[in-house]
Amino acid sequence: MNKFTLHTGIAAPLDRANVDTDMIIPKQFLKSIKRSGFGKNLFDELRYLDEGQPDQDCAGRPLNEEFVLNLPRYKGTSVLLARENFGCGSSREHAPWALDDFGIRSVIAPSFAEIFYNNCFKNGLLPIILSEEQVDQLFNEVATTEGYELTVDLENQVVKTPSGEEMAFEIDDFRKHCLLNGLDDIGLTLQHADDIKAYEEKRRQSAPWLFDAIK
Amino acid sequence: MAGKTLYDKLFESHLVRTNDDGSSLIYIDRQVLHEVTSPQAFEGLRMAGRQPWRIDANIATPDHNVPTTERSGGVDEIVDPVSKIQVKTLDSNCDEFGILEFKMNDQRQGIVHVMAPEQGAILPGVTAVCGDSHTATLGALGALAHGVGTSEVEHVLATQCLITKKMKNMLVRVDGELGIGVTPKDVVLHVIGVIGTAGGTGYAIEFGGDVFRNMSMEGRMTVCNMAIEAGARVGLVSVDQITLDYVEGRPFAPKGEQWDMAVAAWKDLVSDNDAEFDEVVEINGADIEPQVTWGTSPEMVVGVSAQVPNPANETDQVKIDGINRALEYMGLNADQNITDIKLDRVFIGSCTNSRIEDLRDAAKVVEGRKVAGNIIQALVVPGSGLVKEQAEKEGLDKVFTAAGLEWREPGCSMCLAMNPDKLGNGEHCASTSNRNFEGRQGFGGRTHLVSPAMAAAAAVTGHFIDVRELIK
Ligand code: SF4
Repeated sequence: MNKFTLHTGIAAPLDRANVDTDMIIPKQFLKSIKRSGFGKNLFDELRYLDEGQPDQDCAGRPLNEEFVLNLPRYKGTSVLLARENFGCGSSREHAPWALDDFGIRSVIAPSFAEIFYNNCFKNGLLPIILSEEQVDQLFNEVATTEGYELTVDLENQVVKTPSGEEMAFEIDDFRKHCLLNGLDDIGLTLQHADDIKAYEEKRRQSAPWLFDAIK
Repeated sequence: MAGKTLYDKLFESHLVRTNDDGSSLIYIDRQVLHEVTSPQAFEGLRMAGRQPWRIDANIATPDHNVPTTERSGGVDEIVDPVSKIQVKTLDSNCDEFGILEFKMNDQRQGIVHVMAPEQGAILPGVTAVCGDSHTATLGALGALAHGVGTSEVEHVLATQCLITKKMKNMLVRVDGELGIGVTPKDVVLHVIGVIGTAGGTGYAIEFGGDVFRNMSMEGRMTVCNMAIEAGARVGLVSVDQITLDYVEGRPFAPKGEQWDMAVAAWKDLVSDNDAEFDEVVEINGADIEPQVTWGTSPEMVVGVSAQVPNPANETDQVKIDGINRALEYMGLNADQNITDIKLDRVFIGSCTNSRIEDLRDAAKVVEGRKVAGNIIQALVVPGSGLVKEQAEKEGLDKVFTAAGLEWREPGCSMCLAMNPDKLGNGEHCASTSNRNFEGRQGFGGRTHLVSPAMAAAAAVTGHFIDVRELIK
């Protein structure tokens, strides 16, 4: 999993409440055997004017020019500003996969659906909860300033605006630790790699026939 | 202090550490991979820039949705696009990471749980995982085998460990002698009927007693295979001479000095005489007759001479509702004789019953007979290329085809209907597989689980019949 420590990037405002996971990544794309490559279908129904099909080359599809992520000024967005209850609906982990694959590193909203919120941490994405007023303020500032960038500092738990203003956010200590160090379940287990290696060495002595046999 | 069960020994000998939250990290000696549950695990590794921890702990083969009809054209000619891409992805992942794979048209390809023991890839005393719930099959060798999900497949690939919690111990003891025509499948179906589909939840079940001691390895695999249908993720049989005889000489089994060393170590893979089980179930083997499931859960099972249950004989409302719903789905009447159930299709195969002994049992019954007129299709799908080869050497394929059954290429086939082998809506099937859930073998399909001999008997008579009447 990607580490998340400090990130600065273009912010884009997605001005809708209750964005559900089917909107983030529609169900026809779930049949894939992959967990990468969903970025081109992120917000598919909002982004394109036609209906998307799996395995389709999206380059030639008609774009919805008005959709925020299609506006030239938000090209390369990596911080998404959103409204309340972002990520509601089905529990599909494809939603954070799609955001991540698109290049989003952090989503800032007044509230998130719980499963989506959890799934973000498993995938190196940082969901940040700020107050309604703070989110409003960010929406206003981003609208009036082209090239508006936000800095997300996980270590110090603050979002910094271009003017230097800092907005503090809360996050569970354990989750913070895992993100800062890039630890998912596998990462956590690998913290005990020495124990595993020691066990394996013993096993190699006591049951050598289990090693280098299958090749 | 009380002795240890086989499960305790296997668990303790693989414990790497106990985590702060009480879960345990156990070392996994072997992982078996197939095309359905592995693609996103490999993808996860790649995305995180991780390498498999230990390549030589893994072995792979495609099975769940390979076609079982003529397939010499190779993977490119698989018709279903999702199946094709899954099989291709397994091939390319194994090539990329250097994992040994028996590809679709390799003689050694087969259903994961048939191929792995056949190759000696699974040995007594190992821990094994596979992304399929019937991995418990491998416990027949005295191995601790868990079925796992895709995220655990990735976890084991990356760390060679599984995060798990220790289970409780259950002993299912079947003593006495089995009657003629009563097979391991009948024993395990009967056991599930007694303890129920949730009876083993949270337990590792060890199968003990005369019946299992005298049973062949293949029979033990059939039994352990269905531990999961009793709710248990793990099924086990203690190691004995039958186990050693089965393992000796297999391609990945130890040889020479290492063999002697292994045998010495494996001698301890038994539950101690004074081991304490949290739960003991005792059954008399002489009481078991050939079994047939009538409903939509493996516990809805009776002897072939019995009748379909009548909800009026029950007092528990949940049970009554369950019976009514199953009767409706299955299109059966209460109190109807099992032997009056007419069949449309017959499936002999799956990781439960597709080994050579199963095929011999079935062939014995159909020999010199013909598939009944009302049977639309009767499939025989061997569990691996090697089982197929052996059967052909013995002329079993000829016996089947002469009787009008189809002889297929190895794979999971109609067990789960991911390939084109499926039941039609409302059709009744005598199946040697392990799940009779609604729609498992095709939308609206009605599955009756039976032994290979019983399925063969149904094929030639067109309805259920006590196989003992045909093999007298
Ligand atoms: S035969 Fe059926 S139960 Fe066995 S591995 Fe294949 S799909 Fe799973």
